[in-house]
Amino acid sequence: MDAAESAKPGVSLLNNPRARAIAYQALLCAAIAALAYGAITTASANLKRAKIASGFGFWNDTAGFDISQTLIEYSITSTYGRAFWVGLLNTLLVAAIGIVLATVLGFAVGIARLSRNWLVSRLAGLYVEVIRNLPLLLQLLFWYNAVLNALPERLQDSIRIPGGGYLNRRGLFLPEPVFGSGAGIALSALVFGIIAAIAYRSWAKRRRERTGFAPPVTVVVLALVLAPPLVALALAGFPVAFDYPQPGRFNIHGGLEILPEFIALLIGLSTYTAAFIAEAVRAGLLAVPRGQTEAAQSLGLSAWRTVRFVVIPQAMRVIVPPLTSQYLNLTKNSSLAVAIGYPDLVHIFAGTVLNQTGQAVEVIALTMAVYLSISLFTSLLMNIYNRRVAIVER
Amino acid sequence: MPPLQTAFVAPAPIPAAPPPRSETGVIAWLRANLFSSSLNIALTVLCVLLLFWTVPPLVKFLLLDAVWTGFDRESCLARPERPVVGACWAFVAERLNFFIYGFYPIEERWRVDIFFAALAFGIGWMTWLDAPRRGLGMLYFFLALPVASFVLLYGAPRLGLPIVETAKWGGVLVTVVVAAVGIVVALPIGILLALGRRSSMPAVRLFSVIYIEFVRGVPLITVLFMASVMLPLFLPEVWSPDKLLRALIGVAMFSAAYLAEVVRAGLQAIPRGQYEAAQALGLGYWKVMYLVILPQALKITIPNMVNSAIGLFKDTTLVFVVGIFDLLKTVEASRIDPKWATPVTSVTGYAFVGLFYFLGCYAMSRYSRYVEARLAQGERR
Repeated sequence: MDAAESAKPGVSLLNNPRARAIAYQALLCAAIAALAYGAITTASANLKRAKIASGFGFWNDTAGFDISQTLIEYSITSTYGRAFWVGLLNTLLVAAIGIVLATVLGFAVGIARLSRNWLVSRLAGLYVEVIRNLPLLLQLLFWYNAVLNALPERLQDSIRIPGGGYLNRRGLFLPEPVFGSGAGIALSALVFGIIAAIAYRSWAKRRRERTGFAPPVTVVVLALVLAPPLVALALAGFPVAFDYPQPGRFNIHGGLEILPEFIALLIGLSTYTAAFIAEAVRAGLLAVPRGQTEAAQSLGLSAWRTVRFVVIPQAMRVIVPPLTSQYLNLTKNSSLAVAIGYPDLVHIFAGTVLNQTGQAVEVIALTMAVYLSISLFTSLLMNIYNRRVAIVER
Repeated sequence: MPPLQTAFVAPAPIPAAPPPRSETGVIAWLRANLFSSSLNIALTVLCVLLLFWTVPPLVKFLLLDAVWTGFDRESCLARPERPVVGACWAFVAERLNFFIYGFYPIEERWRVDIFFAALAFGIGWMTWLDAPRRGLGMLYFFLALPVASFVLLYGAPRLGLPIVETAKWGGVLVTVVVAAVGIVVALPIGILLALGRRSSMPAVRLFSVIYIEFVRGVPLITVLFMASVMLPLFLPEVWSPDKLLRALIGVAMFSAAYLAEVVRAGLQAIPRGQYEAAQALGLGYWKVMYLVILPQALKITIPNMVNSAIGLFKDTTLVFVVGIFDLLKTVEASRIDPKWATPVTSVTGYAFVGLFYFLGCYAMSRYSRYVEARLAQGERR
């Protein structure tokens, strides 16, 4: 298909592969353009008939509905734009906490599946098989309607959680720390400690690589992270008070209220994703050849160091790509919140706002754009990490 | 000074060491697998406790204390003579026809049964790898079956089949229709998209990549919302598809993008020499693909395709969100029905749906593993 061949005299344009390719692509572009044109003209005609003005003019209109969980200030008189941000933050909140929980549980189950203990590996396998073969929506409905709904309804029957918390059908009520003056210093001390810990860790690594002697890392890092904020807090006289939930006559006041929808969504998402992460972890650990472990042992490395410096670095290379797609799946699956009424982006924006304004095109397009950007951003971050752990060849 | 003793000769043979404690048998197995170290002993005890706390109550709830017969909620309520009530299977038994057919008219339900049988026949033909005339089976599965099923289920007054509006379809019927469309309609589109993504024409490649990455980057729910609220806007009013059809379009669009990636992986696994050899024989692009590449590529993608089918089968529950009566929705509607509402109805309904999906998905995953093992046979020495 090179140029010399296509320029051969005597070959008709019809049989010239390059001319044909150009013609096909022109046809395809024309067809897609025609389709888009037809769709847009029909849509504008339909919108005109339904008397809906297109555009984001509704963005600054008053929303007029309330939202049960808001991370930023929001009230009935806030705008649709504000409601969008509330929904987006709620989605990000549940996705972030869910990713952490799913990772911890998934790694635990994945390692347990490879345990030499027969019972442990079988139980982990059972967990993975059962969870993976049931629809997530069913699991969410089960947690929300069957488990959390079976909690005590009346205030006085609430399950008491040690430390001053309550759990009942209306949600989980926990003591909320209230920081007084001086807490800001503790926060900056924490940031300082984390920076110091990172610096120490890279120094320790360089020293280990240069001299072969490994300075203690875990203990020092923990001390560096925890000590400065604790010292700062102690100097300021512990300016942290707890706002305990107070059972009133009909409801619990004060404290940190966690919606039952949030709890159900979090449990459902993290247990479901953990089953898939467990499979990725198992595959990654199995992908490290036995000889690597044996070689590390014959060098005299302890069991922990064998795992830490030989097995994990090689396994992570296999684990990270599927782990990324599971994190993305969890974020996308958080949109199932709409089925149990957790106020996430899809519920608030593609649900309530869409119904109130009728701006289907703008609302759906913006919702999709948000998820697309989250996907692209996460894969970007993960690609950076992946490049760091990827095999370094000559 | 006594002479230095230079050698030691044992006066008697050393007694034989006792044989190692049993290396086989139950005790040895238990020692090796459950009690090999103190950590393992602790883990074993923990697991046994976990099983002890979960399994007996589960068996009691699902089987021993369960209510098997009854006509309404009264039979599933706790009474003084039976203070503990388990799963209310009487509820599932009474509603079973609703769970399977939805609101499909009773006198027309034989049509649904024939559809199930024809689909099962087609699936059997496609999944039995040594079946005779698999080419004909493909034609049946991807062409004859969809057309015939539509006529059968929707109706054709000319053939004496009264029309049944899709609003009346429901339950397992809808779940199966959505899943089947997600495979039968989406697979050909997915193959085209995969070919497009590997095409040498930049415009074709660009559009394929944009489509695939766009759909894979957004949740299925937003695609379903798009299909249900945006599609009517973009189509002239006379063509406006009904609710189920809109959801089916959304599912097919979504599934096609995922299947395209599966097929692309298969295409990439075919060595270049196969393309070149086919071209050297003078075959054109479509003949190269149809006769040489796709038969090999599709064969090795069967396990992955079945895995996507499992995902799709589970995702069919999402049509629930756009208000379509699939199996999960029929159970949701029934469990809050005052006639059956008891504290155990919800759990029973969910257990039934769970069993349905678990059996379906588990069977598919076993099949996928079987095909994988079969394909690997050539690699084994």
